[in-house]
Amino acid sequence: MSPVWHAARTGMRRGRTELRQTFTSGQDVFGYVLWTVLLMVPLFLAGDERLEGAGISAGAFMLPSMLGMTLAFTGVMTTAQLLAAEREDGTLLRAKAVPHGMVGHLVGKIVMVSGTALVSMALPFVVGVFLVDGVARQGGGALLTLVWVVPLGLLATLPLGAVIGSLVDNPRTIGLLMLPVMGLVVISGIYFPLSELPGWVQTVGQVFPVYWLGLGLRAALLPAGAVAAEVDASWRYLETVGVLGAWAVAGLLLAPSVLRRMARRESGATMAERRRKAMQRVG
Amino acid sequence: MAPAHAVSGAGNGPPPESGTVIDVRGLRMRYRSQEVLKGVDFTARRGEVLVLLGPNGAGKTTTIEVLEGFRMRSDGDVTVLGADPARGDERWRARLGVVLQSWRDHGKWRVRELLAHLGSYYVPYSTALVRRPWDVDELIAAVGLSEQADKRVGTLSGGQRRRLDVAVGIVGRPELLFLDEPTAGLDPEARNEFHGLVRGLADENTTVLLTTHDLAEAEKLADRILILAGGRIVADGPAEELSRRASAEATVRWTRDGRSFEQATAEPTRFVRRLFEEHGEAIGGLEVRRASLEDTYLTMVRELETGSVPGERAAHVFGEGAR
Repeated sequence: MSPVWHAARTGMRRGRTELRQTFTSGQDVFGYVLWTVLLMVPLFLAGDERLEGAGISAGAFMLPSMLGMTLAFTGVMTTAQLLAAEREDGTLLRAKAVPHGMVGHLVGKIVMVSGTALVSMALPFVVGVFLVDGVARQGGGALLTLVWVVPLGLLATLPLGAVIGSLVDNPRTIGLLMLPVMGLVVISGIYFPLSELPGWVQTVGQVFPVYWLGLGLRAALLPAGAVAAEVDASWRYLETVGVLGAWAVAGLLLAPSVLRRMARRESGATMAERRRKAMQRVG
Repeated sequence: MAPAHAVSGAGNGPPPESGTVIDVRGLRMRYRSQEVLKGVDFTARRGEVLVLLGPNGAGKTTTIEVLEGFRMRSDGDVTVLGADPARGDERWRARLGVVLQSWRDHGKWRVRELLAHLGSYYVPYSTALVRRPWDVDELIAAVGLSEQADKRVGTLSGGQRRRLDVAVGIVGRPELLFLDEPTAGLDPEARNEFHGLVRGLADENTTVLLTTHDLAEAEKLADRILILAGGRIVADGPAEELSRRASAEATVRWTRDGRSFEQATAEPTRFVRRLFEEHGEAIGGLEVRRASLEDTYLTMVRELETGSVPGERAAHVFGEGAR
């Protein structure tokens, strides 16, 4: 077994360990529950309001869309946040000091964020299915769509998060990114169909993965008639693969060199400097 | 902390290279317009414990990071374990141990879990002579963390945390170990145990390069002390040699008829004999004090900082014969 492969397998164990840690940490579990509660609020507010012409309720439209949004959020923001935090606290430097430690660290992070994303989607899904009618009622075909949409979604978002986490020098900056992300959600057809927005806003929304992940999850979980609410009245599978695939390719091309550059610049001195700044913020 | 027999480190077989483990010549480091290192030269032989002393900001951490391959140098020739650290591969890295100035990483991990995980990266680099990694429970015992083995890293005290950092640094049974201020925050007892651990590693032929602010520690641990000041190694030699060469004079203090006297002399033995010949029983409270390493160090750094001794001359004065 080559040392790189060995390190990758060590990284998988690392990811599993970190998943166990997050799901047994009170603070983290509270975070997952809170997220679920936040997603359920609009379902209650929407009540039994119907979505015109689509034969489903507004809540039924929102639930899968929000699961897609959760996937995009976790993939990009959690990855970026963890990476930035682990640069600051010295985890990355530690990884750099052991042979092929960066490989293990990266694989571990992929396992960890993917697992987190799945759980963050599963909780609201399980609760939401009881709150709204007409979601996940068409069986096997749905599962098949999920099997490619979810992994493709992770591929499109994780490398992007890694790039952001490498470029941002301060974990708290990631918090500031939440503002534009909120704006993006509004134009991504998560809480109401994209077709209700002006044409140029629709175009902008369709550049980013959030819309396509929402669409992919709706295609998987909503009845066939609900397609009437979509742009062109189509689930647009090909376009979904195309746009998410493009983000994945771009991210995968960009991430290794950005990560390498970030890792190369990591040293005890840069860490000490960050520690000094962080202490100043505390004090 | 470490029974020497538990520390069967890297040196059980014939060394893969000659006796020189670190060779640094003309190392320079510039940050923008500022030159931090202005031509650092030193070498380390296998099994040697080298202590790098110097005032804050002298470039100790920078020097160590260049050797670890974490930082690109501006100029100079550096060879560590037969390779240029700037181009060291992972096989090379597996032979190094690095103890960083720690902070708070891996807070959610348990001590045994973390050491087992980090140790497993070294498995492909295990040889018949050097079994890698170190057995986790043995290692935990060696650094005195047995009682904390199942605790979360985030709950350790400062001193325990530091022991864990050392354990992480040696889990791969390195041939060369870098320690950046390893005893900062340790109480005297833990410090003493740490010194035992380092001596044990050195006895097993592990080369150790450590930085410290503690002169007593340097004196106790070092086979050789390097003093880094003004961007250069201004002194290089065993502790006692440095003190002796820095100041040939000793201070003699005594009391006679209830009055205190003090005299600096280059020949304290002869001086004291004459003192007794002259005054005999009247002499009391005799004290002869040689310049300590601390006196030497403080004098040297002060002179360098005020510019009264140019770096080159200091290096000549203190460094001659030591290399």
